[in-house]
Amino acid sequence: MKTIDILILAPEILLIIYSIIAILIASFLKSNKSNKLIFQATVIIFLISALILYFTPFEIQTNVSGIFVRDTFSKFFQILILLSVSCLLFMSKQYLQKNNLFKPEYPILIIFSTLGMMIMISSNNFLLLYLGLEIQSLSLYVVSSFRRDNYKSTEAGLKYFILGSLSSGLMLFGISLIYGSTGSINFEIISSMINFEGFFPGIVAGLVFLICGFAFKASAVPFHMWTPDVYEGSPTPVTAFFATVPKLAAVGVLLRVLFDCFGQIVESWQQVIIIISVLSMFLGSVAAIGQNNIKRLMAYSSIGHIGFVLMGVASGTDKGVSAVLIYMVLYIIMNIGVFVFILNMERNGVAVTTINSLNMYNNVSKSQTLFLTVLLFSLAGIPPLAGFFGKFFIFNAAINAGLSWLAVMGGIASVIAAFYYLRIVYLMYFGLSTDPLSGKMPIAHWIILSGSALLMLIGIINLYGLEKPSFLAATSLIN
Amino acid sequence: MDYLLSLIIFFPCFGALILGIFLRGENLEANNNAKLLTLVSTIAPLIFSIFVFFNFNPNVTGFQLVEEYQWLMGLTYKVGIDGISLPLILLTTITMPIVIISSWKIERNVKEYMICFLILETLILGVFCSLDLVLFYLFFESGLIPMFLIIGIWGGNNRVYAAFKFFLYTLLGSILMLFAVIYMWTVSGTTDITKLMFFDFNSSDFELLGFNISGGIQSILWMAFFASFAVKLPMWPFHTWLPDAHVQAPTGGSVVLAAILLKMGGYGFLRFSLPMFPDASLIFQNFIFSISVIAIIYTSLVALMQKDIKKLIAYSSVAHMGFVTLGIFSMNQQSIDGAIFQMISHGIISAALFLLVGVIYDRMHTRDIDFYGGLVSLMPKYALFFIFFTMANVGLPGTSGFVGEFLVLLGTFKVSKLVTISASLGIVLSACYGLWLSRRIIFGNVTNNKLLEITDLNRIEKLYFIPLIVFTLFLGILPYPVLEITSNSVDLLVSHLTQNLK
Repeated sequence: MKTIDILILAPEILLIIYSIIAILIASFLKSNKSNKLIFQATVIIFLISALILYFTPFEIQTNVSGIFVRDTFSKFFQILILLSVSCLLFMSKQYLQKNNLFKPEYPILIIFSTLGMMIMISSNNFLLLYLGLEIQSLSLYVVSSFRRDNYKSTEAGLKYFILGSLSSGLMLFGISLIYGSTGSINFEIISSMINFEGFFPGIVAGLVFLICGFAFKASAVPFHMWTPDVYEGSPTPVTAFFATVPKLAAVGVLLRVLFDCFGQIVESWQQVIIIISVLSMFLGSVAAIGQNNIKRLMAYSSIGHIGFVLMGVASGTDKGVSAVLIYMVLYIIMNIGVFVFILNMERNGVAVTTINSLNMYNNVSKSQTLFLTVLLFSLAGIPPLAGFFGKFFIFNAAINAGLSWLAVMGGIASVIAAFYYLRIVYLMYFGLSTDPLSGKMPIAHWIILSGSALLMLIGIINLYGLEKPSFLAATSLIN
Repeated sequence: MDYLLSLIIFFPCFGALILGIFLRGENLEANNNAKLLTLVSTIAPLIFSIFVFFNFNPNVTGFQLVEEYQWLMGLTYKVGIDGISLPLILLTTITMPIVIISSWKIERNVKEYMICFLILETLILGVFCSLDLVLFYLFFESGLIPMFLIIGIWGGNNRVYAAFKFFLYTLLGSILMLFAVIYMWTVSGTTDITKLMFFDFNSSDFELLGFNISGGIQSILWMAFFASFAVKLPMWPFHTWLPDAHVQAPTGGSVVLAAILLKMGGYGFLRFSLPMFPDASLIFQNFIFSISVIAIIYTSLVALMQKDIKKLIAYSSVAHMGFVTLGIFSMNQQSIDGAIFQMISHGIISAALFLLVGVIYDRMHTRDIDFYGGLVSLMPKYALFFIFFTMANVGLPGTSGFVGEFLVLLGTFKVSKLVTISASLGIVLSACYGLWLSRRIIFGNVTNNKLLEITDLNRIEKLYFIPLIVFTLFLGILPYPVLEITSNSVDLLVSHLTQNLK
């Protein structure tokens, strides 16, 4: 029993040990070579942990007096997180080197935040959840102000820190309310208490605070204020990171808490999620129209996408959860593709982020334009690209759960959103020609960009077989 | 034989793939290769579809050449054809090579242009072949992307506005259909069109926000489908995107739009609205009649006053599509036969008219009616073709335009005399704008000195007008081949309707 306990935690333990070694190497060997070594080793370690996770047997296991759970659901999210983190870290190397940000702290902080996310998703207990969340957030605060000499980056870090700690406070308050009402912080115990004794007002109040906290992490309206500023101010690799991985973790933990702990009282949290979802979808699509900075645009785009994800959550069924999982996978692939492009947007060696600089990009590089176009159409959810299937599954879940009107709202929002994605396509293909970007892209980045675009096209065949694992993950969460 | 339909659908896409991956360079030779390869990839489906035409058994009810494979979430990839879809498939495969030949002069981004058209052809053929609701939606909606790029990249001066308007308008229309599709799937548990045709959707009235919805859920679903098809067709008052899109699109784009894309709306009404929501169709019959008549008369009047030739033809398309909806919703054998025939005939004639406009636009770079005049003395062959197709557009007996309109009016007469009489006015009006247009462009004296250097049709141009003339005359004199194919499927549809409406 004891040995098994340790073994479930193998990926996390590996990450912790590695991070300590990395810190030691970083502080004693301050050469460029050691930096590179740490960078590459980190990417590999992430991949190894993903492999370990993948090959551990598929059954629900709890550990350490039931505070840690590893089921198919957490595996699904954790593997996804590890893969995307390694990809993002790999992508960011070039940019960091160019902008004098190539420091060993960066990968180490990313390891810590990843560790926090993995713990969050696997937690079966509010205390562990909070610890994981804080490990993640603290590293992210630092990472977002990584460019210390730039006031925008500092502003981003500070803004994120202040609002983030407010949300953590809200969440902690919610947890204490729930603890006060039920006398437990263990998800299973709370769930069975609700099952047998009905729910107390305290639980609902606590739940609302909790959802607020998670909505902040997932940047859903009305807790989205930090998103555009932090996206804009942070160095682009960090923005890419923000747009993908923490979103995954936030959605994962939201699902974990809502379904594992409060799965019996769907109707008491459904309305809150629905409202947040509608607001996010509309604000995400309307506010993005006026943006001129592509990073801000992607911020609003991610807000809109989170709205769609929450629609799947609101349906409250296993169909909804599996739709959310599929949507998140597609969302991550699309965002990685778009951000690898944004990372390489530069003119005369200086990074550029205005949308207008993409004018007639088709004349600069045809292949990149084509791939980005595919990704943008996919983000807009136009068939036959995979992004459409993400939305299709979500709409299907919502309509099945009797939330047709919510689906219709989502449809309208997605038409509005199509406009701003199309605007970029229009600029690239038939805009006015201005001072062109350099359009150079390292071959590895080109492969990631083309790969994600091709994945969007190939998705039409069978969605990479995602359907079954996501369904298994969803059922493991709900039952 | 088993994969014949898939072969037809995906052959152009395959050609596009080869073009995209293997063709490099921007020089003249590469461009010529691109054009040749595209021509081959559009002629191959034409040959296959002729093969299908001869293998099609018009006496068999139901779908033929069916292929079915498993896909996501219990959806299926299912394709097949019946008498309603076969003529439209033939129309598509015949039109596409002509479009490609007519685009021979394009010099900018040739490869991309050709890829867009090839993908578009795959998607259109997919729409007409698919027998799965979601598959249909997928093909139906995907056509937006290539069309957006065609209008946007190779279009006229105001192309950005037109491209956006086209895209967002049609997207909003079809997204409502998506919800109806999902709802139908939820209720019936299947997305198979052949099964859904015989699924009885609830049509008992219910209250929504205090309003009595007669026809119940059928009406709601009908309206969702209507939103999509009415925009696509387009019906008045949802037609405003069409003139913009037509005017700004390059000639090839206009031809595909008028000849084929518009027919997807009519096909949708026949395939979904009528058989799946019979009660709702009957409830909305008068509504359709009124807007069809308004479309016929109003857009004909608007066409009369246009200064741009392409815009004039675009408005005349809307008017002709009014006959199609009139025919479909009269719900009897003649009228539906007529509606299908009208779609085919309009496909051929409007394609020819847009190509004719393209010819003079290529030479003079303007579509202003006032600019031209007296072309008969400068381009006699052109004048001949122009007058021929204008007459066909008016619906002169002996051309295919007459057969469709006559059958539609005949069928509609059985349902409502008033509607028939007002719709007949449209024929008179179409003669008005058609003849006036010819008078201003073709006849009279040459008033504009710039026109003096204009040259008559060259060999390539004649090459693609000849088959169109042959088809127009052939179908006008001998409509039997098309009607033979359609009659059995239409008979099935009409008997299904009458059974359900008791």
